[in-house]
Amino acid sequence: MATIASDNRGLRLAVRYAVLILIAVIFIFPLIFMVMSSFKPDQQLLNDTGSFAAFLPVGDISLDNYADAFKRAPVGLFIFNSVLVTGVTVLLSLLLCSAAAFAFVFVDWRGRELVLTAILATLIVPFETIAIPLLLIASKLPWIGLEGLTFGWLNSYQVQIVPFIADGLTIFLFVQYFKDLPGELIEAARVEGASWGQVYRKVVMPLAGPVLATAAILKFLVMYNQYLWPLMVVQQEGYRPVMVGLQYFFQLNRAWGEIMAYLSLITVPVLAFYLFLQRAFIASIASTGVKG
Amino acid sequence: MASKFTRSNRIGWLMAGPAALLIAVFVVLPFIFAIGLSFTNQRLISPNPTEFVGLANYEQLLGIGMLTLEPERDASGAVLRDADGAPKYPTLRSVTRNNPDLPQFAGMREWFSFQLGEHPTYVLARDVVFMKAIVNTFIFVLVVAPVQAGLALVLALLINQRLRGINLFRAIYFMPVVVSIVVVSLLWRFIYDGSSGLLNNLLGALSFGAFPKIDWLGNPSTALGAIIAMSIWQAVGFHMVIWLSGLQTISPSLYEAAAIEGSSKWQVFRYVTWPGLRNTAVLILIVITMQAFALFSQIDVMTGGGPLDSTQTIVFQAVERGYGKQDISGGSTISVILFVIVFSISLIQRYLTREKQ
Repeated sequence: MATIASDNRGLRLAVRYAVLILIAVIFIFPLIFMVMSSFKPDQQLLNDTGSFAAFLPVGDISLDNYADAFKRAPVGLFIFNSVLVTGVTVLLSLLLCSAAAFAFVFVDWRGRELVLTAILATLIVPFETIAIPLLLIASKLPWIGLEGLTFGWLNSYQVQIVPFIADGLTIFLFVQYFKDLPGELIEAARVEGASWGQVYRKVVMPLAGPVLATAAILKFLVMYNQYLWPLMVVQQEGYRPVMVGLQYFFQLNRAWGEIMAYLSLITVPVLAFYLFLQRAFIASIASTGVKG
Repeated sequence: MASKFTRSNRIGWLMAGPAALLIAVFVVLPFIFAIGLSFTNQRLISPNPTEFVGLANYEQLLGIGMLTLEPERDASGAVLRDADGAPKYPTLRSVTRNNPDLPQFAGMREWFSFQLGEHPTYVLARDVVFMKAIVNTFIFVLVVAPVQAGLALVLALLINQRLRGINLFRAIYFMPVVVSIVVVSLLWRFIYDGSSGLLNNLLGALSFGAFPKIDWLGNPSTALGAIIAMSIWQAVGFHMVIWLSGLQTISPSLYEAAAIEGSSKWQVFRYVTWPGLRNTAVLILIVITMQAFALFSQIDVMTGGGPLDSTQTIVFQAVERGYGKQDISGGSTISVILFVIVFSISLIQRYLTREKQ
């Protein structure tokens, strides 16, 4: 009897793993196809789709597609643009949103409730519903730069950065987190004569590690994957981010190997980053749910 | 905790001001602009001054009419018939073009028709493409919201087991969420390709060649379904994680009690797990609905709204007009319509899922 029971358990365990593995295959096969195809010449790439070879590094394997992709389009520039826009936006967002949340939670000031309520109300406005009028606004905004005062932000870095620095969700995440910190700590620091700047920098921010990670990861995902907005506001290649840069590969003769190389180039580093910080990524998504 | 140490109007505005100002300029202002512009004929660049046009933009997008055609009659009132004996009807064109008797149908086109009783009835729309975009978007939302939420829950329950290596599976299931939807859409063009697509090859192999090859994205009856399947594949991991965090808030003592009572697996799910997930369920439904209404990138990369407008969506139309045709007022009007839809649906969802006393 005992052996039958344990056989049974072994079988059930095997079935469980079989189900888990089958689902894992469904989620991962397009990504494996992408990376493997990026090493193959076009003709082989298309022929391989008929068999398992599509997911294996077989046949005429080389890095030629990568070299050709760099020749066809300013790939380095696109990656630089995306990294710059994403990095600057994430940093400014963490700074301004945490400062605002600090003021909402710890500082008592006239207008606090009203402003916070208004900001949280913006959570129900999807970006897609304001993109078109925002395009009009962005085409008229003033900017003071090296050339002096100019009007119109189209084709620039700031048009991709500034509108996305502050958002309701990031402020909300910081507010929720700060509310759980002991308020006495802040008051005690104030009684001892610490300035507001010192309280923010030396008392609150050192405790804010988890929420900083959450906010940074969510903002990173949104910014790096931006498509609709840069598609509309950046026509010149000098400021194009990676997702819009893809259009280059669809002009004239389409080379699938190069496209796969480009896709791998802009995706694999993000996937590696994700696998490295997997727990933080998943915790950041989870935290939008539990408290939302 | 208001005391002289925590009270400071200057510091409050100084620290919250920059973020509040940015949100005012880049979220609130465009939102107000969207409403205002929808009553004008504003274009991105135009030599003519902007004019107030009232509800004309809304009428242009949403105008519909219904018309039952009467057969043509001769002078004596007898129905005219063609060679096969079927009654002869006037052409739709004679109604919608230069017909002073029926001015409300002027400029409309046929959306669809049906026959109830003797004569055919036509539903006419001023903007047939936009009507199709609304219908497609609703189909997308109505399929994606329940299916994606349900599959995400199944995955969360699978991942919530205590098994060696379960974190690896969780990481893999979540992977597509990290990848840009633009990249995903391009990859799936390969999967759906009509000649050498991976899906056709797989179905062909499984059925020993009996399954005919289908151009999934090029066929009006499969294109929207193909995009739905891919969208669920990409986003389901996101909601799996939210379900998972909901599952982990349920107290283990409840499961222990259920085990002592000898409950079946289904009973445990029905009376312990599911009640504990109520709030998570409401949140997930609202989030998926809001995301699904914003459907754009997949369409732009995979089909461009075709074939035969079978994958047109509301946001795709807003961008095509507001940006493509530089018709800011038309795009803004679509944006307002989208907002009203999303807002009403989330109100309805909140009402239907409210805590019952």
